[in-house]
Amino acid sequence: MFRFLVRRTIGAAVILLIISAITFFLFYVAPRDPARVACGKVCTPQTLALVKHNLGIDDPLPVQYWHWLEGVFMGRDYASYGHCNAPCLGYSFINREPVTGIILDRFPTTISLALGSAVVFFVFGVGTGMIAAVKQGKALDKIASSASLIGSSLQIYIVGIVAMFYLSDEWHLLPRPNDNSGFTDNAGAWFGGFILPWFVLAIIFTANYTRMTRSQLVETLSEDYVRTARAKGLSGRTVFFRFAWRGAMGPIVTILGLDLGSLLGGAVITEQTFGLHGIGAVSVKAVKDMDLPMLLGVTMVAAGAIVVFNIVVDAVYALIDPRVRLA
Amino acid sequence: MSTPFLSVRDLRVHFSTEDGIVKAVDGLSFDLEKGKTLGIVGESGSGKSVTNLAILGLHNRERTALEGEIVLDGQELLTASERTLEKLRGNKMSMIFQDALASLSPYHKIGVQIAETYRKHTGASKKEARDRAIEMLRRVGIPQPETRVDDYPHQFSGGMRQRAMIAMALVCDPELLIADEPTTALDVTVQAQIMDLLKDLQQEFGTAIIFITHDLGVIADIADDVLVMYGGRCVERGTKKQVLSTADHPYTLGLLNSMPSLDGPVDVPLSPIPGSPPSLLNPPSGCRFHPRCAFAEKVAGGLCSTERPTLEVADGRGSACHLTAEQKRELFSDFAATRHN
Repeated sequence: MFRFLVRRTIGAAVILLIISAITFFLFYVAPRDPARVACGKVCTPQTLALVKHNLGIDDPLPVQYWHWLEGVFMGRDYASYGHCNAPCLGYSFINREPVTGIILDRFPTTISLALGSAVVFFVFGVGTGMIAAVKQGKALDKIASSASLIGSSLQIYIVGIVAMFYLSDEWHLLPRPNDNSGFTDNAGAWFGGFILPWFVLAIIFTANYTRMTRSQLVETLSEDYVRTARAKGLSGRTVFFRFAWRGAMGPIVTILGLDLGSLLGGAVITEQTFGLHGIGAVSVKAVKDMDLPMLLGVTMVAAGAIVVFNIVVDAVYALIDPRVRLA
Repeated sequence: MSTPFLSVRDLRVHFSTEDGIVKAVDGLSFDLEKGKTLGIVGESGSGKSVTNLAILGLHNRERTALEGEIVLDGQELLTASERTLEKLRGNKMSMIFQDALASLSPYHKIGVQIAETYRKHTGASKKEARDRAIEMLRRVGIPQPETRVDDYPHQFSGGMRQRAMIAMALVCDPELLIADEPTTALDVTVQAQIMDLLKDLQQEFGTAIIFITHDLGVIADIADDVLVMYGGRCVERGTKKQVLSTADHPYTLGLLNSMPSLDGPVDVPLSPIPGSPPSLLNPPSGCRFHPRCAFAEKVAGGLCSTERPTLEVADGRGSACHLTAEQKRELFSDFAATRHN
């Protein structure tokens, strides 16, 4: 396990390095000059040059990239801001603040949204999938299967807005979604602010888990080793959870890990729909503003989340299935 | 005659499928005494495995229609509750499955899989059950059972997995052991070892064994009585010697002729049974074997295709065929090569 983690961490670092380089060069060939944007409406060539210097973009690209890497590992100094501590993901010209600070500031919202909805969709998805698998071909199975089909074809920006309109504004059943309170300062308000987004985001994911759980269980329930477990005299419950579910959970956990990874990179549409200020909202604003350091920063966070969860998934998979060898 | 240890009477197992009702077993009866081995022979789809899954009550009750009577030591099994069956399975009756790799859970250690059966039925502690698992592994001839007990099935070889499977089936000293082609996937050397093991264990504990196979050589080795199945019915039964040396049904004869004989002439070609196994969805009328039977025309009035031959059993010996005894004597002697038994 230790060797696996070391090897995969090195691999992950290489992947992130490649992603950062590609993103860096990709953004810097964009037609809009960030200095021109930062410079304002009246911009003399002298001011422009000064801005460029202050932003550190008057150096050749590879040098700029090197500075950026230095910043990530050792921190760096900006003429217009001062020292930016490692890991310094850059300096946002538009927000006049280091990228790392902005991301850390917004990350709690993204984590709350991602983990909260993951709990909801995992519990509901796996639960309905189990019911559907056990009641194979019966009415409950058909209801669960059709509901999951409908769920998977819904869109957040429609369901979200309708849900907000009725549940919050019209009937006052749930608070309007907000991220004003963190979990640590007011758990109740935090819960109220996120409950609607959790469920709406979960609707779309739940369907995947229902279908996945159902099909996996239908398969494992007909496995020979499940029959053997019954032939040993074990009770139906033991056979189901200890054998059939154990065999079914590998692929489900894999999907969960990958979904969590991508959710932690920012749920752009969900955040926009509910007016939440997480990484997704930061990304949208960065694109609108042509805020390249910010864009690079959120890209790295999203990529990092996916890479990390890939490693976690592989490790968990090996725990579930002893036939998988980590090397 | 006292009541037999296991008695199966007119067993019918029908599955509903989208295409219709599959009559996998259609009126099967047999008895088995303690300490005896019954070999059930037949080709794929003849109902061998289905019969034995019915004894353990492992069919999905919602999709399977079960009729008839299965009585184990005075306990009726077909009508028994799931709870009653759970207490019997793995305890009083247990089963060795064909494909040990698929039949052992890949997610649990061998020892745990053996021990959980023991704990379930005896209420033993974890430690006791583990010791019992080690003891069982030793008994079935696994080297270094103290360490191998913590292996997973994929770390065992094919023969060892089958032994572990046997250890698991025997952990509660069952009185009835059903072995469903336990040696089919194994090479001959390992096969012979496993057969010896089963025989030893039977001698030690007086277990009644049902041995399912399509290998007549294996039957010759282990069985006391033989039951030949075709298309969900019993076509012939008797002692091993009776069935193997004086086959009384054209199908049994066909099976024997499709096997090479050690003491027969080497240049005699094997003669396979023509045709393919019958559809159980739409079984042939009359005798289910008649479309493939070499002697069907010999019976007057085309009786073979219209009327189901009854299985007349006297003293445990009988066959279901319309041919008369004289006809058989005459026809079979031309057909049969010398047989070893």
